Amino acid sequence: MESVTTPPIAELRKTPLNAMHRRLGAKMVNFGGWDMPVEYPASGGLVAEHKAVRSSVGLFDVSHMGDIRAHTGHTPGSALAAVQHLSMNDASKLAIGQAHYSAMLYPEGTFVDDVIVHRLGDDDFLLVINAGTREKDVSWVRENTKAFECAVEDLSDAYTQLAIQGPRAQELLQKLTDANLAVIKNYWFTHGTVCGLKNILIARTGYTGEDGFEIYVPSDVATSEMVWTKVIEAGREFGIIPCGLGARNTLRLEAKMALYGHEISDKINVWEAGLDRYCKMGKSDFIGRAALERAKAAGLTRALVGLEMVDRGIARDEYCCCNETGDVIGVITSGSPSPTLSKNIALAYVPPAMTALGTPIYVQIRAQKCKAQVVATPFYKRPKKTAAPQAAAKF
Amino acid sequence: MAYPANYRYTKEHEWVDVKGDVAAIGITDYAQHELGDVVFVELPKVGAKIEAGKTFGTVESVKAVSDIYAPASGEVVEANGDLQNTPEKINSDPHGAGWLIKIRLANPAEIKALMDVAAYEAYIVSQSKEASA
Repeated sequence: MESVTTPPIAELRKTPLNAMHRRLGAKMVNFGGWDMPVEYPASGGLVAEHKAVRSSVGLFDVSHMGDIRAHTGHTPGSALAAVQHLSMNDASKLAIGQAHYSAMLYPEGTFVDDVIVHRLGDDDFLLVINAGTREKDVSWVRENTKAFECAVEDLSDAYTQLAIQGPRAQELLQKLTDANLAVIKNYWFTHGTVCGLKNILIARTGYTGEDGFEIYVPSDVATSEMVWTKVIEAGREFGIIPCGLGARNTLRLEAKMALYGHEISDKINVWEAGLDRYCKMGKSDFIGRAALERAKAAGLTRALVGLEMVDRGIARDEYCCCNETGDVIGVITSGSPSPTLSKNIALAYVPPAMTALGTPIYVQIRAQKCKAQVVATPFYKRPKKTAAPQAAAKF
Repeated sequence: MAYPANYRYTKEHEWVDVKGDVAAIGITDYAQHELGDVVFVELPKVGAKIEAGKTFGTVESVKAVSDIYAPASGEVVEANGDLQNTPEKINSDPHGAGWLIKIRLANPAEIKALMDVAAYEAYIVSQSKEASA
């Protein structure tokens, strides 16, 4: 068999927790130029990590993500105007302390990157961006905010970003902070003391389809390792384990969250990706808007659907999709076994006429065309929280 | 996990256990570690001809697909059907119950070109060093 891990190259970038991951025996891979843990075999590996997040709690180092702050000194409203120009969602609707999913678009209506926009103040925003697109995004933001009086700071290296994800995440993190986490709603954030560190950004966000928090702590190695260790210790009673990018990918796929370079890219537009609800055409003009209007008028040529394999076989990224007569009609963007559902699932671009639930799609897996069918997405949706947990009836 | 002394090994991390003119083939403990939890195996049918150095099947974990290369040429006389429902045997017992196929060797001399256990153990040490360099 071929070796499946990529040996680290000298130029790979490292997060402040790199030595920690290696001490934990993580299997490391090159992810967008970063030397990152894909799984931790010593504590059970990918499937165990995935299940820990769905059933209890897991800890991820996501410090490779980038952070851009856009804020204003003098003219009120100019940072907001700059963000509105760059981002397809409507940042004017955000309260201070609130965040939302959005994307920065090219004039063609395709993706520069998807982002989480946090409103820190009236005219103060934090954009959390992908690792592989960091430099591109920072230049894009600088270039396209020149007309606005808006300071752009690349804070990517200032933070170690930890994601504490799973139904027990709140209970765990509450042991380490004075902030009242119970009052933070999904996609809201606050600042509080975490592990003795003052003024830490605590956001109820994540990329797993599960409840959870992302915290942004100072990026020196000592502080990063201290917080990592305290989270693991505080989570021991809940069975916390460290989780790598492998589980992060299967978790986000089950929740149908887009991954740059797969479901979204500079070749795919917002309508095709099905991200309409995050794109506010009614707000002020933004980059990509005119092209999206034209694209809408022209109609879709492909759309993103969820697939479930009917035949034995695992659809993987970039495999071809065919119709019943064998013509290539689309492509898999992400595919994997689903640890939660025990099925083989995938996302694919197919013609709009083939998006109805139950439509058979044939995935070219090596020499065979394996049957799959279009299913509802997300593949997994977390159970709604009940106000007061009740014991299950026993009769 | 110990590597059986009587097996022969390839640089692609397959093992071969020769009994007469029949050879059992599997992937090594090193390989299953690299791959992670195996969830899917695709093997040739009985009667299929395989050729040394060419792929004859795939083993998949959640994360990765790995082609399996034939260590020697021959005709498949048995495929491990148990792996369809219990592919995890490749992780738990890679050198035993996790075997993939048995072939009737077309050219038994090919086996001599493969590594013995000492050479393979030295080889994986060098591979690990390279990976952590």
